[in-house]
Amino acid sequence: MATTSHMFMYSLTIQPPTAITQAILGQFAGTREQQIVTASGSKLTIHRPDPTQGRITPIFSQDVFGIIRSLAAFRLAGSNKDYIIIGTDSGRITIVEYIPSANRFNRIHLETFGKSGIRRVVPGQYLVVDPKGRACLIASVEKNKLVYVLNRNSQAELTISSPLEAHKPQILVFAMAALDVGYENPIFAAIEVDYSESDQDPTGHAFEEVEKLLVYYELDLGLNHVVRKWSDPVDRTASMLFQVPGGADGPSGVLVCAEDNITYRHSNQDAFRVPIPRRSGSTENPERKRQIVSGVMHKMRGAFFFLLQTEDGDLFKLTLDMVEDDNGQLTGEVKGLKIKYFDTVPVASSLLILKSGFLYVASEAGNHNFYQFEKLGDDDEETEFSSDSFSADPSVPVEPVYFRPRGAENLNLVETLNSLNPLIDSKVANLTDEDAPQIYSVCGMGARSSFRTLKHGLEVSEIVESELPSVPSAVWTTKLNRADEFDAYIILSFANGTLVLSIGETVEEVTDTGFLSTAPTLAVQQLGEDTLIQIHPRGIRHILADRRVNEWPAPQHRSIVAAATNERQVAVALSSGEIVYFEMDVDGSLAEYDERRQMSGTVTCLSLGEVPEGRVRSSFLAVGCDDSTVRILSLDPDSTLENKSVQALTAAPSALSIMSMADSSSGGSTPYLHIGLYSGVYLRTVLDEVTGELSDTRTRFLGAKPVKLFRVSVKGQTAVLALSSRPWLGYSDIQTKGFMLTPLDYVGLEWGWNFSSEQCEEGMVGIQGQNLRIFSIEKLDNNMLQESIPLSYTPRRFVQHPEQPLFYVIESDNNILSPSTRATLLEDAKARNGDVAMLPPEEFGYPRGTGHWASCIQVVDPLISKSVIYSLELEDNEAAVSIAAVPFSSQDDEVFLVVGTGKDMIVSPPSSSGGFIHIYRFQENGTELEFIHKTKVEEPPLSLLGFQGRLATGIGANLRIYDLGMKQLLRKCQTVATPNLIVDLQTQGSRIVVGDVRESITYVVYKYQENVLIPFVDDSVPRWTTKTTMVDYETTAGGDKFGNLWLLRCPRKASDEADEDGSGAHLIHERGYLQGTPNRLELMAHFYTQDIPTSVQKAQLVAGGRDILVWTGFQGTVGIFVPFISREDVDFFQNLEMQLAAQTPPLAGRDHLIYRGYYAPVKGAIDGDLCEMYFLLPNDIKMMIAAELDRSVREIERKISDMRTRVAY
Amino acid sequence: MADKLRTLQNLEALQARYVGTGHADTTKYEWLQNITRDSYASYIGHPPLLSYMAVGMGEPKEKVRTMMIEKMIRGSGAPPETQE
Repeated sequence: MATTSHMFMYSLTIQPPTAITQAILGQFAGTREQQIVTASGSKLTIHRPDPTQGRITPIFSQDVFGIIRSLAAFRLAGSNKDYIIIGTDSGRITIVEYIPSANRFNRIHLETFGKSGIRRVVPGQYLVVDPKGRACLIASVEKNKLVYVLNRNSQAELTISSPLEAHKPQILVFAMAALDVGYENPIFAAIEVDYSESDQDPTGHAFEEVEKLLVYYELDLGLNHVVRKWSDPVDRTASMLFQVPGGADGPSGVLVCAEDNITYRHSNQDAFRVPIPRRSGSTENPERKRQIVSGVMHKMRGAFFFLLQTEDGDLFKLTLDMVEDDNGQLTGEVKGLKIKYFDTVPVASSLLILKSGFLYVASEAGNHNFYQFEKLGDDDEETEFSSDSFSADPSVPVEPVYFRPRGAENLNLVETLNSLNPLIDSKVANLTDEDAPQIYSVCGMGARSSFRTLKHGLEVSEIVESELPSVPSAVWTTKLNRADEFDAYIILSFANGTLVLSIGETVEEVTDTGFLSTAPTLAVQQLGEDTLIQIHPRGIRHILADRRVNEWPAPQHRSIVAAATNERQVAVALSSGEIVYFEMDVDGSLAEYDERRQMSGTVTCLSLGEVPEGRVRSSFLAVGCDDSTVRILSLDPDSTLENKSVQALTAAPSALSIMSMADSSSGGSTPYLHIGLYSGVYLRTVLDEVTGELSDTRTRFLGAKPVKLFRVSVKGQTAVLALSSRPWLGYSDIQTKGFMLTPLDYVGLEWGWNFSSEQCEEGMVGIQGQNLRIFSIEKLDNNMLQESIPLSYTPRRFVQHPEQPLFYVIESDNNILSPSTRATLLEDAKARNGDVAMLPPEEFGYPRGTGHWASCIQVVDPLISKSVIYSLELEDNEAAVSIAAVPFSSQDDEVFLVVGTGKDMIVSPPSSSGGFIHIYRFQENGTELEFIHKTKVEEPPLSLLGFQGRLATGIGANLRIYDLGMKQLLRKCQTVATPNLIVDLQTQGSRIVVGDVRESITYVVYKYQENVLIPFVDDSVPRWTTKTTMVDYETTAGGDKFGNLWLLRCPRKASDEADEDGSGAHLIHERGYLQGTPNRLELMAHFYTQDIPTSVQKAQLVAGGRDILVWTGFQGTVGIFVPFISREDVDFFQNLEMQLAAQTPPLAGRDHLIYRGYYAPVKGAIDGDLCEMYFLLPNDIKMMIAAELDRSVREIERKISDMRTRVAY
Repeated sequence: MADKLRTLQNLEALQARYVGTGHADTTKYEWLQNITRDSYASYIGHPPLLSYMAVGMGEPKEKVRTMMIEKMIRGSGAPPETQE
């Protein structure tokens, strides 16, 4: 077998995962301001919360190319900067700091302690730091604990010791916390279970008597070793620990959270226990015990409290009471615990309380929330439960206590951050008939589930839309004085006149401005200190500050066709093809240059750059002619209007703009010439500041209309507004400084201009038909727009209607009461005069009940009503597991909706009391469903597929074909296609690709004459398939549960043989190979993505782009696989990858190649995310890599960005 | 002979350091115990896998994590009766 693949794919992430594994808080910039650092997948992101606006914005994000498992922040005593410790799968402990000036993470220490990968005994699962920053402990689930002493040397640099071991074999750790002991020896607490006896005892008694211990590990700083200092049994169900403030702030110790109760424990204090209050209500099971799933401790001046969250999302405030001495002073002795209901927020993976009075909730599923504290629940009417009434003995069961959940009283939601996690299924489709398709996805969990539409674009907020008396052709804004901050006039040009509006409290027409109102306008400019010019077809009008007007008339029989201006220069093109150039004199008047330049063709557009700081003129004039060229003319006094360079184009230019923009290659700012063509193509070239040469041209197709270009200012940077059939914005990416071109989510505009006023400092004004629109762009950091439609339960799959723009989503939730059960319970409660109020499930979740399923089919209209338009609940504890729209030949190819369900399913270990296949008929153009019949099958059918006018299903390991009958489905033929459980079916022709839950994929051929299904090729590697798609007739792309993406191809010979005419007898009688089918699939490409692929699809993402593979991941990743066309490109990117991995090893110390080859070596794939790291490198390393590759920095950057922009965003 | 001894010592060191390293006399029970515990540790350690399972079960991640560590105590079941 060849060592290299014939097929190479470029893997790129277009939307990073949005699930947050952990979030930490700290002063990472070294100022008093707190930042949030989050880990999502392999990305480490630092966010800045803005307390004044109640917003969170990401500042910097870096891919560490490793799985981030745990994070911790710590600060050395006396310092004011927090460092970050990262626990990953690299077998190394990493300490990084954030450098605000460079906006980068900098690695300070990287210490190897074990094997790489995520293993039972390699530390990394738990990471806790002494609150005084003196030591940290990194532990594994079993056995190993390593303590590192952190200190500083004489140069005030952070030092890290060699690790001290605190291993104990056959110990499982449930939770860890660092104790707050002030400046005494650091102590770490753990909840542990010793399984050694249970493993030796065949009777099982030892297992039943296993004790859970709270263990203290003390780091003796004097002796430099760790001792197991104290241990005591705790509740058998204990699972979480929280640090209680110590030293001067509190009694020290820990809170041990177990099922149904929370206990305060410390080695020298009495134990105190409070129950976790349970919800009361008619639909709640009073016996159900709650568990704490997350929490946070907050210290304020002289006081502290805990917010602890249960699995329902309810937050409880827990406080400690201290014993007072005779003088009424608080002693260090604990008197008791108090707990009361606080508010309800989504179940969090991390909760953070900011000093500025905000609560950050990194949700486990769905959007992350940012709340402001209104109050701390100090004097409300909630019942407080005190530990006084409960025994602290873990063997005594606590009497349950109840509370009544209510709407938020203490927290006020100020911002939600969109998150696609968990993203369960998605489809790329173009339902809106725009030039680029949209991504439709179903995500979320429980009542917070949603159907989301993702679209490439920037969010636009409209400020004004007003209709004008007639259709204007152009609009400008201008200041009156150079020193003015805001624009004073809006000038509108019509076919036969010009209208001037003044901007103030209101916008109204003004007539005494000196502007010529009887002619259309070509250009408006504020010139010099305080004068204005208006260029109209008959001449140039120079309006002085005292309203005197100097007019330069166009020569006889000629008119002005194009004009370009800046604050000191004016150039106009006449209809004869002549260019007239003016410059401002010292006295402020316009002086014409004595020669006119005759161009070869008609001039279509002109552009002058801005006057650079400290200079008197821009030295280039760009001239576009209808002979499809752009010429750069010099404006230097000694070579005025001489040719500098020429660029030939594919069509006549419609707009030009010379503009300086931030540039990633040089690190500074570079002048660019932006060119728009009549054909709708947009080009950007670098304009050499000295020679006027044009180089590094990049092309992009924007739309069907001629492109118009305007210079605007967005978020403090100069950007280009390009208008074609859609408006686009060209800007520099905030992090990489690379050029981005993104469509605006807005109406098509005919003209645009910058707009700045007191109300809207950085806006734009545009014309659309007869309307004047003023709008602004608030965010440049996110170029994927999301629209969300709430769903009822966790979505499982969805399909599109064959013709209508409608989607059918199946949803099901385990351990949730179905609506009918809920209604029965409410009826009962009503009969007993009980409580019948239901809380909104979006915030409080549904009432739970073990073994129950709630499931429904919903019809979603994502375009017009943007809502769920029909829902159908399933009865009898059935839950939908699969869906397909299938045309049946026996019914004249009418398409039916087929839904597979399972009855009384149990997730682990999997079992059920059978499955059903429901048939529904589409009614009213698909907006309603009519139930036809259902057919019982042995197991829940996990996959359904329309196959040659019939239905193919996977029922257990059986692949079965059904036809539609009057009363039920009729079984036509079946085969055992895979060893375990069929989870996915794809088809082309008479071939079916069957995905197995554990055994990769098998190709099956259907022989029509004999009515048999014959598996003929399978895989040699067990892949735990999630989703597959057929890329072509031989090749299948798929993803597995461990986060790999792969492409498998059937050998040509086997493929041909399978399709040979005849009975297929030779296939049936062929000998199987190694207990499988006669043939094996070949692996074409393999790549570890770290996120679990939940959908793979072959699609185009941009207009005119190639077919690529688009995949979405469970944690919210959207990624693409781009096939390489040429071998040279592959070689180049392979070399670049190698250089990058060597020059800038991943931040957390994971070897890049090993990371991407986590389960199987990378094959036929280039990591585009690594290649794009090139943009983030400092200039010297960029040059070094460029030299190694024998190319220029600009060339490399161009190649990298082309890979992305040609096919995606 | 010395070589054999060294190999043995190396193996013993490995076994002490990395739980689950097998030897010639590994019983089926020991092997299963290790596989079971390794699997649960891996489910807990890979964040996407844990949350995939949590969504499947309709439980919060923390509950699933606790449940899996609880299952690690027992591993694959009680040891077989020893016959002396």
